[in-house]
Amino acid sequence: MNLMAQLPVLPVVIPFVAGALALLLPKGRAPWAWATFVSWLSFLASALLLREVAATGPVSYHLGDWPPPWGIEYRIDLANAIVLALVSGIAAAVAPFAYESVRAEIDERQSPYFYAAFLICVSGLLGVTATGDAFNIFVFLEISSLSTYALVAMGGRQDRRALTAAFTYLVMGTLGATFFVIGVGLLYHATGTLNLADLHLKLAGQHNRVVEAGFAFILVGIGLKLAMFPMHLWLPNAYAYAPSAVSAFLAATATKVAVYVLVRFFYSVFGLDFAFLGDALTYVLLPLGVAGMFVASLIAVFQHDVKRMLAYSSVGQIGYMLLGLSFGTREGLAAALIHLVNHGLMKGALFLAVACVVYRLGDHRCAAFSGLARRMPVTTWAFVLSGLSLIGVPGTVGFVSKWYLLEASFAAGHAWAAFMIVASSLIAVLYVGRVVELMLLREPPEQGPLSEPVKEAPLSMLIPMWALVAANLYFGLRTEFTAGFAEQAAAALMTVSGGR
Amino acid sequence: MIDLAFIAERYNYWIFIVLMMIGVYIVISRGNLVKKIVGLNIFQTSVFIYYISIGKVAGGTAPILPAAYESGHEGKGARASAAHGESAPAPGAASGESLHAAPQSAPEALPANDLASAVAQTPQGAGPSGEAGLHAAPGEAANPLLAPPDGAGDAASALGEAAHKAAEIVYSNPLPHVLILTAIVVGVATTAVGLALAVRIREAYGTIEEDELEAADDIAEFGAAFGEKAEGARA
Repeated sequence: MNLMAQLPVLPVVIPFVAGALALLLPKGRAPWAWATFVSWLSFLASALLLREVAATGPVSYHLGDWPPPWGIEYRIDLANAIVLALVSGIAAAVAPFAYESVRAEIDERQSPYFYAAFLICVSGLLGVTATGDAFNIFVFLEISSLSTYALVAMGGRQDRRALTAAFTYLVMGTLGATFFVIGVGLLYHATGTLNLADLHLKLAGQHNRVVEAGFAFILVGIGLKLAMFPMHLWLPNAYAYAPSAVSAFLAATATKVAVYVLVRFFYSVFGLDFAFLGDALTYVLLPLGVAGMFVASLIAVFQHDVKRMLAYSSVGQIGYMLLGLSFGTREGLAAALIHLVNHGLMKGALFLAVACVVYRLGDHRCAAFSGLARRMPVTTWAFVLSGLSLIGVPGTVGFVSKWYLLEASFAAGHAWAAFMIVASSLIAVLYVGRVVELMLLREPPEQGPLSEPVKEAPLSMLIPMWALVAANLYFGLRTEFTAGFAEQAAAALMTVSGGR
Repeated sequence: MIDLAFIAERYNYWIFIVLMMIGVYIVISRGNLVKKIVGLNIFQTSVFIYYISIGKVAGGTAPILPAAYESGHEGKGARASAAHGESAPAPGAASGESLHAAPQSAPEALPANDLASAVAQTPQGAGPSGEAGLHAAPGEAANPLLAPPDGAGDAASALGEAAHKAAEIVYSNPLPHVLILTAIVVGVATTAVGLALAVRIREAYGTIEEDELEAADDIAEFGAAFGEKAEGARA
């Protein structure tokens, strides 16, 4: 048995087994070192997989050697290879960062549990992405969500609101997952298969209520998971009160994976021939995407808590992805995939910068950021650069996303959508600018608990944070990895779904 | 006009829909966190019932890959069919469609347990038990085994016979049950995490009523509770 032949399953299996083993490790540094090592290993496997897929085309792996459609198939094409690389890459950056941050925010006795939950969450997210089986998606979605609820609730030591946030997330997340499973059940009822590629073949030409209801359940279920605009209520509190390292990881990956699932169902399962999909794109995704872009961004402007502000901004940014998807064109799909990766990079970097501030000042409200440039210049500049990326300044990944989104909206004949994208980016200038102004131009607080002198964050936090900031700049200038792969992935998905 | 027989025959779906709505309503309307978990459980159970009830198929058989039998029980297909539990072994037959599969050559033929075809074909219920009518096979097209391939000789006629017998049997498709076993594990895990959170919330706040929790947070942040939440906290 050759290890390379098992490559498609390795990113999922390694953290899954390692997560269970992490529970057995002694408290302290060992679980962290193990989690870091494993997440790097998983990233390495994902990167090799991406290289292989880019070179030779889609890879199919049959679990236990059962041939599809009977057995579970892991089918890696360019679209999910990119998402796998994003998720495992963010995990590989957050894991080394987490040690200091988690030691400060979480009881040391819980460290084996924390890293076990972290690894299982990584494994679940990678599993959702890698699998080619509809029910398997549900199982991995719940594996990742259950560990996420536990991770969010661990913020309860710092702020008890983390507990209620985790509970709300649990209720909403379970509703979403159960809706998804009803949808999968209806599709199974209509076709007798669960394999995504097989579903696509057997759904061709089926335009009955069963399939339409299945589509609607899946859209709503995944919509809850990805915090589509009116179903985003669980997200701000969960991200604001989770331990800082967890916020960074979740903001960069969890909703992105859900967006990917939506893309997979839209284009690989239903296809553009399914008339209901076109209506859903035009009458559901387009208005909700635009509403999210504006409403959530406007709410972000008025937040007093930087983590909450970034969380609302995430809801707004998901609006861009939905807008890209809603065009139903190759360009729109490519733009959505590009923004999916790029937003993961920028939000990861921003949340890590906030985590550094929390580590030194113990607070993530705006007041803590006052005069930060004098106290923690390295962190401040990381925040400023990734903030510029969030706005979409040239030279950063944010610009690449916005550029492709604008091109896609002109190509789809929606010039007004291009106007909306620019207008809502201006709102991003407001909320990012507000914090940047506090950091660069204000004086540090002169009294109160925040006025004590603080040092810069330790190197073990600065290096992973700057690695993500560097990725923001590097992929902003060299787009062949993100945009190039995303365009190829979009073209491949469009061919399957019968679009142009 | 309301067709009562049509409605009554599909009682399993009505159980599913009613339980689902009750569950979601409890989740949304109740302020008590444990009651919310109860609602979530009812909701999930309704989905289990739905999955289990679509597992009964009149005239269905296990998916069999005869090609693999020809190659001497060594191919992957032989193992695949063994795992799905055969009820009627069919050596030598060339038809390898899975249980619900509509033949590729006739995509308009709906699968055996499809709602629409059941409506069109068997409004009265044709199976040996009352429930079978819900999923009755719509006809020859849906069961590929009923149309034996030519050139298969004795094996084909034996297959045809077996298939006609099978049409009278209510077949329990094991796959939905397996899926639901998995979903039950997930549901129990969710309930456990939810209840554990409720316990921690009670430790941290001293209550598990949603409006009192919100009021407590408001008081902690702004020094006072607002509106209805404040009344809830006082009550």
